[in-house]
Amino acid sequence: MWKFIHQLASPPHFYRIAQILIPWLAVPGLLLIGYGTYAGLFLAPMDYQQGDAFRIIYVHVPSAYLSMLAYMTMAVSAGIGLIWRIKLSHAVAAAAAPLGAWFTFLALATGSIWGKPMWGTWWEWGDPRLTSELIMLFLYFGYMALRGAIDDTTKADRASAVLALVGAVNVPIIHFSVEWWSSLHQGPTLIKEGGPAMDPGMLYPLLAMILGFTFIFGALLLRRVRAEVLFRERRTRWVKDLVLSGGS
Amino acid sequence: MDFSMGGYGAYVWTCFIMAGVVLVICEWRARLRHRRVYRDIEVRIKALGDS
Amino acid sequence: MNSEDESISMFSGIAGIARRDLLLAWKRPGDVLNPLFFFAMVAALFPLAVGPSPEQLKFSGPAVLWVAALLSMLLSLNSLFLSDYEDGSLDQMLVSPVPLSALALGKSLSHWLTSGLPLVLFSPIVAITFQMPFSVTGYLMLTLLLGTISLSLLGSVGAALTVGLHRGTALLSLLILPLAMPILIFGARTVSLVASGDGVAGGLYFLAAYAVLTLSFAPFATAAALRISNE
Repeated sequence: MWKFIHQLASPPHFYRIAQILIPWLAVPGLLLIGYGTYAGLFLAPMDYQQGDAFRIIYVHVPSAYLSMLAYMTMAVSAGIGLIWRIKLSHAVAAAAAPLGAWFTFLALATGSIWGKPMWGTWWEWGDPRLTSELIMLFLYFGYMALRGAIDDTTKADRASAVLALVGAVNVPIIHFSVEWWSSLHQGPTLIKEGGPAMDPGMLYPLLAMILGFTFIFGALLLRRVRAEVLFRERRTRWVKDLVLSGGS
Repeated sequence: MDFSMGGYGAYVWTCFIMAGVVLVICEWRARLRHRRVYRDIEVRIKALGDS
Repeated sequence: MNSEDESISMFSGIAGIARRDLLLAWKRPGDVLNPLFFFAMVAALFPLAVGPSPEQLKFSGPAVLWVAALLSMLLSLNSLFLSDYEDGSLDQMLVSPVPLSALALGKSLSHWLTSGLPLVLFSPIVAITFQMPFSVTGYLMLTLLLGTISLSLLGSVGAALTVGLHRGTALLSLLILPLAMPILIFGARTVSLVASGDGVAGGLYFLAAYAVLTLSFAPFATAAALRISNE
C-alpha cells in the first residue's frame, strides 16, 4: 500500500497511472450526470414554492460544492508540497486552481440566473452562499495571479502554497461572516436551509449530480495534472524517452 | 416531458447548457494544453537531437 | 543557547525591529501622514459622489469610514518590506539569529503603530463630518483598533509574498482584500448596529478573536513567505 503511494509521488508513475484512471472516473461521472440531469429535469416533482425554476439546483449545488472541494484540494496538496517538498503535489495544486475558478463562476452564474425569477434581481447581496462564492472567486484569482507573477516555478509553487493555506484558514471564517452579515439583512436565500426534508424524488438526482460532478472533477484534474507534470518534467530523461517512443 | 419548465424554461435550460459548456471547455483546454506541451517537447528534441 | 537566552533575543529582536521602523517613520513623517490624508480623501469621495444629505451620511458613515480605513491600510502595506528589500536589511533579517517569525511580528507591530494606530486616533475627526454621534464614534475606534491589528498581521503575509514582484501593488490588494472582508463585515456592521441600538458584543468578540487568530499564525506565515520570496 505504502509502496503504491510512494510510487504515485513519482512523476512518471503518476503520469501512467493517471492515464489509466481518467476513463474510470469520466465514464461513471458522465453516466451519473446523465441520470441526474434527466431525473432532475423531468422526473423530480415540482417544488411547491418555486415551481420548475428550482431545478436549477441540480447544477447550482454541485458547482458550489465542487468549488469548495477544488479549493480544499488545492490547499491540501499545496500544503503537502510545501511541508514534504513533493513537486507532484504542487502540480496538483496548480491544476486544481483554474478548475475551481470555473466551478465557482458556474455557481455564481447559475445562482444569479436562479435569482432572477425568484427575487426579481440578477444579484442579491443578502444571499450568503452567493456572496461567499464571490469572495471565493477572488481568492482563486489571487492565487492564480500570484502564481503568474512569479517566474521561477519552485518559488511560485511555494509562495502560492502559503497563500492557499492562509486562504483555507479564512474560508470558513468568510462563510461565517457573510452568513452573520446577511442574517442581519434577512434576505431571501436560494435554498431553504433546514427547511422541510427533500422529497427522495428530488434528492436522488441531486446526489447523483453531486457525485457525477465530483467524478468529472477528478478526471479533469488528472488530465490537467498530466499536462502540468509533462511540462515541468520536460527536460528529464523519462519524458524524452516517452516522447521519442511516441507514447502519450 | 415539460420542456418549457413551467414557463421558466429560459432560466433552467440556460443554466444546464452553461454547465455543459463549462465542463466541455475545461476538458478541451486540458487536452489542448497537454497536446501543446507534448508538441513543444517533440520539436525541441528533434531540433536538438537526443541530448 | 538556552531557552532563556532565546526568549531574550526574541523580545529584543521584536523590539529592535519595531524601534528601527519607528525611528525611520519619525524621520519621514510623510510615511505616517500620507495614508491618513488618503483615508480622509477616500472618505470624502462618498459624500462627493452620492450627495451631502445628512441622514445618508449618518447611515453610511460606519461603512464608508471602514472602507476608507481598509484602503489606507492596504496602501501602507505595500511598502512594508520594500525599503528593507532595497537596502539589504531583508537579507540581514533572513540570516539573523533571531527567529524570522519574531522579526516578522516586529514588522507587523511597527506597521500597526505607524499606520493602524494613527487611523484609530484620526478617525473621530473624519467621523464628525459624517454626523456620527460620539457614542458611536467610540465603537468605531474600538472596531478599528481590533481590525487594524488583524490587517497589519494579515497584510504582512501578503506583503512578504509580493515583495519585489513586478506590479506587486495591485497583486497585494487582490490577495489581501478577500481575506480582509470578514474584518470589514464585522467592523462596519457592528458600528452600524450601535447606531440602531442592537447588541454589539458578538461583533466585538469576533474582531478580538480574529485578531488573536491572526496573531498566532501570521508571523509564521510571513516568515515562510519571506524565505520563499528571497531564496
